[in-house]
Amino acid sequence: MSIKRALYAATAVSLFATGGALADGHAKELTIAIVNNGHMINMQKVAEAYTEETGVKLNWVSLEEGVLREQVTSDTATGGGQYDIINIGMQEAPIWGAAGWIEPLNFEGDYDMDDILPAIRAGLSHEGTMYAAPFYGESSMVMYRKDLADAAGVSIADNDSWDNIKKAAAAMHDPDNGVFGACLRGKPGWGDNMAFVTTMVNSFGGAWFDADYKPTLDSDEWKAAINFYVDLLGNYGPPGSEGNSFNEILALYNEGKCGMWIDATIAASFLEVDGVAYAQSPNAGNPVGANWLWAWAMAVPAGTENAEEAKAFIEWATSKEYVQAVGNHPDFGWGSVPTGQRASTYALPEFQAAAKFAEAEMAAIESAAPEATDLKPYVGVQFAAIPEFPEVGSAVAQEIAAALSGAKSVDEALAASQAAAESIMEEAGY
Amino acid sequence: MAIVAQSSKYGKLGRTVLAWTVGLLFFFPIFWLVLTSFKTDADAVKPEFLFFFTPTLENYLNMTENYDYWRFATNSVITSVFATIFALAVGIPCAYAMAFNPTRATKDVLMWMLSTKMLPAAAVLYPMTFLTKSIGLFDTHFMVIVVLMLINLPIVIWMLFTYFKEIPKEIIEAGQMDGVNTWGEIKEILIPLAWGGIASTALLCFIFCWNEAYWTVRLTTTEAATLSKLIEGNRAPEGLFFGRLSAVSAAAVGPIIVLGWFCQKQLVQGLTFGAVK
Repeated sequence: MSIKRALYAATAVSLFATGGALADGHAKELTIAIVNNGHMINMQKVAEAYTEETGVKLNWVSLEEGVLREQVTSDTATGGGQYDIINIGMQEAPIWGAAGWIEPLNFEGDYDMDDILPAIRAGLSHEGTMYAAPFYGESSMVMYRKDLADAAGVSIADNDSWDNIKKAAAAMHDPDNGVFGACLRGKPGWGDNMAFVTTMVNSFGGAWFDADYKPTLDSDEWKAAINFYVDLLGNYGPPGSEGNSFNEILALYNEGKCGMWIDATIAASFLEVDGVAYAQSPNAGNPVGANWLWAWAMAVPAGTENAEEAKAFIEWATSKEYVQAVGNHPDFGWGSVPTGQRASTYALPEFQAAAKFAEAEMAAIESAAPEATDLKPYVGVQFAAIPEFPEVGSAVAQEIAAALSGAKSVDEALAASQAAAESIMEEAGY
Repeated sequence: MAIVAQSSKYGKLGRTVLAWTVGLLFFFPIFWLVLTSFKTDADAVKPEFLFFFTPTLENYLNMTENYDYWRFATNSVITSVFATIFALAVGIPCAYAMAFNPTRATKDVLMWMLSTKMLPAAAVLYPMTFLTKSIGLFDTHFMVIVVLMLINLPIVIWMLFTYFKEIPKEIIEAGQMDGVNTWGEIKEILIPLAWGGIASTALLCFIFCWNEAYWTVRLTTTEAATLSKLIEGNRAPEGLFFGRLSAVSAAAVGPIIVLGWFCQKQLVQGLTFGAVK
């Protein structure tokens, strides 16, 4: 084949393909950016009924969490209008709402705003106005192997002390048989290891910033908490814990390699080993903030031209009706309904029968305390709802992982964390 | 003689075993990817179903029905083909000029081109995002093609330059004596003589374009999103969906593996800059 002919052929094929793509236009379309979690994947299937009913075509753009944040932040901040609906969390919702980047949401009638769990609704609001509707919510709790605990002669109670947790981990720890006492997040990232570490620091009475927003990472509370964390995970955790986050530990747990795991309540719905029991998060004297609070929510960027259609879809996707649609869907069922968003879901007998973790999850979400307290000036449990937090959290996350891997001592890691946090906050004008 | 023959026989056997071992080692991830793609998400993480399981096409059906695989695949073909064509269209005259009419600055220009590959992509992410949005090119085939062409241009020019340098300058000069103009030299003399090298370069450029993930993920939404974006979107922070992720990955790398299989010779020649004839 001559070069000319090859070029003609390639051009023809490409133009044909482009033409096909361009011809696929539609009058009413919504582009929705989502994180690729189980509930969101199910939503794409369940929402086929919404398209049939309303004629609105839904274009799903599923993205890895980090890329999702990058894309929706740049798009929303610049009023780009690439997306009509975006998946955001509690860290973003109040800040973006205050900045006017996302539209306020107020649904009436059957939607029943008061049915949304108060802590979740408060975390997604700014000055009483909700800016993102929760699709599913989560807190954190202890998920442990009761069979192993019983065999080792230990027990774990709700809101247990960290010392008892350590004793239980030591008793269940049996590396020769591939069982590690405690599996905890160690992978660096403000939404990875720092989600867990922050709740632990809270439970030791520490906080990210003082009342003047000066970092307090070199405080005695941080030192005590991080020393405990490094000691617990270093002695009774699986090797290479500095590379483990939710998914890695989920795999370990389902292989029967974890005695206990303290993580997102949503994990309970993925656990497939026998003998799992649940307990509320431990603390070292301060139960406030010992368990986190998070929701994956849906918001409408201010730049979209389809705001009304977008709000109508969110109203449907976060309604009681949607929970029923998932529960009665032939491909899913009551074990797959999104949880942690509405009180009414937990009252459904079908859900209670399908989800053994329901009671523990509800208790964890209800006891989560995101509001500002005397100890901390900011809103948020496992994060601070200020724009600078992702940068501060990411820098500190690297240092904590370095301490866990043994590359640095805890004191060195916290000194470096303090220096990095001070620099970022000073630059931001605090 | 017998000893020499025997040691040569063992040497050949050793090389064969080594080659197979290395080959299998490199092939294993692909094999595992394809194997996992036929497992359900639940079976994919269970140690008892490592090799023996009930195969399912569920992941592939899900990929085509729910994730619109063909749209992503079409975009990958469009952007990779055109980026390669444009890179060659710019690269061939450029390499020709530097190979046959070098100046004192030629070496520096080549090094400068290569140095552009040393810039971390993340450093220009936000300028690129805002620029493409402000001029209305975000999430368009044209923008992806231009970006893919530009990031592969240095390697294309370097490869073509190396091939062209092997062609005796006298042949080009003979053409000039016969009154052939510059375009005629490229079209009638250079391209036929360096066809193997150009094909290897095009093939490698196409593969690089197909596999590019940083920009194609970040500068697209739906219209121009390629297979890289489809894979990226199937990574889940909460939930192990290895079955469906493997299916998507296998379907994304499949076409390029088949292409590479049929063009092995050219590919090796390209990767070794023509050292293996």
